[in-house]
Amino acid sequence: KSKEAEIKRINKELANIRSKFKGDKALDGYSKKKYVCKLLFIFLLGHDIDFGHMEAVNLLSSNKYTEKQIGYLFISVLVNSNSELIRLINNAIKNDLASRNPTFMCLALHCIANVGSREMGEAFAADIPRILVAGDSMDSVKQSAALCLLRLYKASPDLVPMGEWTARVVHLLNDQHMGVVTAAVSLITCLCKKNPDDFKTCISLAVSRLSRIVSSASTDLQDYTYYFVPAPWLSVKLLRLLQSYPPPEDAAVKGRLVECLETVLNKAQEPPKSKKVQHSNAKNAILFETISLIIHYDSEPNLLVRACNQLGQFLQHRETNLRYLALESMCTLASSEFSHEAVKTHIDTVINALKTERDVSVRQRAADLLYAMCDRSNAKQIVSEMLRYLETADYAIREEIVLKVAILAEKYAVDYSWYVDTILNLIRIAGDYVSEEVWYRVLQIVTNRDDVQGYAAKTVFEALQAPACHENMVKVGGYILGEFGNLIAGDPRSSPPVQFSLLHSKFHLCSVATRALLLSTYIKFINLFPETKATIQGVLRAGSQLRNADVELQQRAVEYLTLSSVASTDVLATVLEEMPPFPERESSILAKLKRKKGPGAASALDDGRRDPSSNDINGGVEPTPSTVSTPSPSADLLGLRAAPPPAAPPASAGAGNLLVDVFDGPAAQPSLGPTPEEAFLSELEPPAPESPMALLADPVPAAEPGADWHPGHPAPLPLPPRFVCKNNGVLFENQLLQIGVKSEFRQNLGRMYLFYGNKTSVQFQNFSPTVVHPGDLQTHILSGLGQPPTKRVAAQVDGGAQVQQVLNIECLRDFLTPPLLSVRFRYGGAPQALTLKLPVTINKFFQPTEMAAQDFFQRWKQLSLPQQEAQKIFKANHPMDAEVTKAKLLGFGSALLDNVDPNPENFVGAGIIQTKALQVGCLLRLEPNAQAQMYRLTLRTSKEPVSRHLCELLAQQF
Amino acid sequence: MQFMLLFSRQGKLRLQKWYVPLSDKEKKKITRELVQTVLARKPKMCSFLEWRDLKIVYKRYASLYFCCAIEDQDNELITLEIIHRYVELLDKYFGSVCELDIIFNFEKAYFILDEFLLGGEVQETSKKNVLKAIEQADLLQEKTETMYHSKSFIGYKKAY
Repeated sequence: KSKEAEIKRINKELANIRSKFKGDKALDGYSKKKYVCKLLFIFLLGHDIDFGHMEAVNLLSSNKYTEKQIGYLFISVLVNSNSELIRLINNAIKNDLASRNPTFMCLALHCIANVGSREMGEAFAADIPRILVAGDSMDSVKQSAALCLLRLYKASPDLVPMGEWTARVVHLLNDQHMGVVTAAVSLITCLCKKNPDDFKTCISLAVSRLSRIVSSASTDLQDYTYYFVPAPWLSVKLLRLLQSYPPPEDAAVKGRLVECLETVLNKAQEPPKSKKVQHSNAKNAILFETISLIIHYDSEPNLLVRACNQLGQFLQHRETNLRYLALESMCTLASSEFSHEAVKTHIDTVINALKTERDVSVRQRAADLLYAMCDRSNAKQIVSEMLRYLETADYAIREEIVLKVAILAEKYAVDYSWYVDTILNLIRIAGDYVSEEVWYRVLQIVTNRDDVQGYAAKTVFEALQAPACHENMVKVGGYILGEFGNLIAGDPRSSPPVQFSLLHSKFHLCSVATRALLLSTYIKFINLFPETKATIQGVLRAGSQLRNADVELQQRAVEYLTLSSVASTDVLATVLEEMPPFPERESSILAKLKRKKGPGAASALDDGRRDPSSNDINGGVEPTPSTVSTPSPSADLLGLRAAPPPAAPPASAGAGNLLVDVFDGPAAQPSLGPTPEEAFLSELEPPAPESPMALLADPVPAAEPGADWHPGHPAPLPLPPRFVCKNNGVLFENQLLQIGVKSEFRQNLGRMYLFYGNKTSVQFQNFSPTVVHPGDLQTHILSGLGQPPTKRVAAQVDGGAQVQQVLNIECLRDFLTPPLLSVRFRYGGAPQALTLKLPVTINKFFQPTEMAAQDFFQRWKQLSLPQQEAQKIFKANHPMDAEVTKAKLLGFGSALLDNVDPNPENFVGAGIIQTKALQVGCLLRLEPNAQAQMYRLTLRTSKEPVSRHLCELLAQQF
Repeated sequence: MQFMLLFSRQGKLRLQKWYVPLSDKEKKKITRELVQTVLARKPKMCSFLEWRDLKIVYKRYASLYFCCAIEDQDNELITLEIIHRYVELLDKYFGSVCELDIIFNFEKAYFILDEFLLGGEVQETSKKNVLKAIEQADLLQEKTETMYHSKSFIGYKKAY
């Protein structure tokens, strides 16, 4: 009874069967069948079966029907393309297909249809059409052949040859046998998608078939009548087939079809012939398919309106299934210009459904329909109903409703104060479900429309007075007051100090990102309201800001404090100028909703997070002082990064430079210099075709390595020495994240696969790995994310999941330090950042060169200038094993030359380092001294820094 | 149709038929997920639900749930009647079918399904024709095999 007992019992049985199969005594067909059947039973109980396939295949060639049948069943259920077996199986199938015994032929066809693998397609795709249209094939064989071919076509369309048989397949629509027609329609529906013209004749045949069924009395079709409905499955399939084509061109055919459709609509009004649910389901299945066809044609206003009325009746039907389907079907009707108004008349019923349906999937359909039927005339009603629903909506669909409300409010806004109210209500009711896109959008709209700015400032100010308000409200409020707080400052109830203390009262409850945004608001206040300067400077100067553990907050506090004290009012006014209008473009909320609906919603890239240099303008995690100046309008507020950004206006670039000047002055912050420049350059430069993220050219020559490093990045971790001689392995690992690497190099090119594994059970957010070339490394080596862009890493990494990134690398000239990999993400709300050296060292571009002893010594002598040689004598860190040493030298990349050095203990190697600009010939010699546990390593190359660098790299290895 | 699953109220899978190529691991994952989802639904709820990018149509008959996954453009109501017709076929063949019939004669349940649906499409809707095909096959069985199940086989199954 218990789980263990079951497993024990099964293992015993499996052992028994195994011994029977392995035994010396040959089993007779009957026992073989018995045991194969038992295995199948055990498999279906959910246990793994790894033997018995051979015995099952043997059964296929039995001439006893039941043995064959069980053999086929086992194969259909259990076979995965085990190539050797497939050949044997195919043989048996071939025999059965050729047997002319219809029962055996059907078994074989069923098996092909059930397995449907490519191997089977290769073996049989050419034969089956022949069987299908052969004059002497039995009806049942034709049926199986049609659907078997369909399955093979779906699996591998290239294997099914089109030919003269296709015309004859179409004529199966006229077949006497309803079962043959039923099977053939499915095949034709699928085939005609690819070759509509070849199958065009099916339209008139399908219409006449349909018309005969629809007009037949309920008893005419005998066993094909189902609960008084004539041939419901065939009717639905015929209607589906017709949806593959536009309305028939032939007027007679069209007339006949419209007649059919009307008949179906009329029948829906007739009293039911049976109380059974099967009767009404079959009848309504045809009705819904008819409506689908009417919507597909979208050309018969009369039929569209009738369809809508019919669905309207279903909206109040007592069957939940019908209400669900009616809501769903009406959604598509709402988008037709002919029926949109008719759909709108049902608004009250739909709103009622949203409020009273007990099944969440039905409520979801109602919300979808409200969204679809919304236009300027009813937007206010629908939005307010959806807002009300949001308060009690299921958590699973809240985010979608929020997006929908946000879109409708924007799309149908008559006055923008209503829009602002709506979005603020959204935040109030369901703040947790309001995504960045939504509140970014409201900021964008407020910034672009000066008629609503004063109202927005007043409204957020009031909203912020609520004792508990959502953090998203603080963000929106902080941003809007920072921009437009002056518009309400005249009222003593919302004077500058009041505004400031209201915002600051929320400060301590907020996350780092929000606090960073508020700091920007404060510096903007200093410009807007000089009277608040002293207070705000006091806040910035407080130890909790200046020495904040969070580097972002600390940096903002330091910079803003310095900016406010050293800059003149003019400079301040320029830097902290009001944001310029954003360019108009499609709302990214819409894109988000589309993505949510798509199948790949979970893994869809969040565009806004793709490019770390441009997304954080409002989120405020990126240490770009340009946040407070005027970010170029191309700054990617909404994250639509697809279009190349328009050139930033000179004014803002100027502001960036200005800022640098300010900070280069008394406050001397060496790390600040390049950042704004970099940010702007990244905006200005269209992505290079080779490497879309191709790394920012760094305009400022680095005084020392790392000096130009972003202050927000941690110092890079050293490269584990083993990666000098190895291309694959685990590059980094801590409790959260594992980074694996796999790379290959050829000549001066390389490709690297990085694997990021989330070791936790929590999703990483804003996951963004980027490659950085500090200093002028970029002129030496280029590495960029590979094309196509789909290879980019998703912005979210689910718990336990692994994502992959491809890096293309090109070595332009010799280089000394590897490019860096910077990884940032949020884990449980806390930002994480780490920087690693990529395992790309100059020796990766080694091409081994074989040469004879004579050549070697000749070249060795040629490289005799003192600066061409680098030598190191060092102690062995690892046991001195000749084989290991050999492997390491080969991994390092050079060729190992035997019989060159007179001392057989020594190692001699040669190779050429391939870069785009030049080739560097390298010779090396390693002399182990086992007694002293020391090595002497000598490198000679045609380029001095290369000799030294290779010598250092290689010396770490032993 | 992409697949059909039959499972008991206790969540035990009784029959599975896949019309699209999937790995065993995926099949198990899908099964687990769907069994959970469907069993959690209340009796009066609607028989359709959206799941991933598919539509699930399910219906309960006594202790068994019949659950089909169809594609976006497929017809839900006719799928519901596919389920019903299959139940009718089983019923007619076994004579008022119960869960145990499907457990102990699972191969028959599969054979009947193959005659009715092939490659995920309806092949033959006539009850008479489907059962005729199955009965013909049964007639081909050797007389000695009419008592197909050996004692030990039945005994073994009864252990569960």
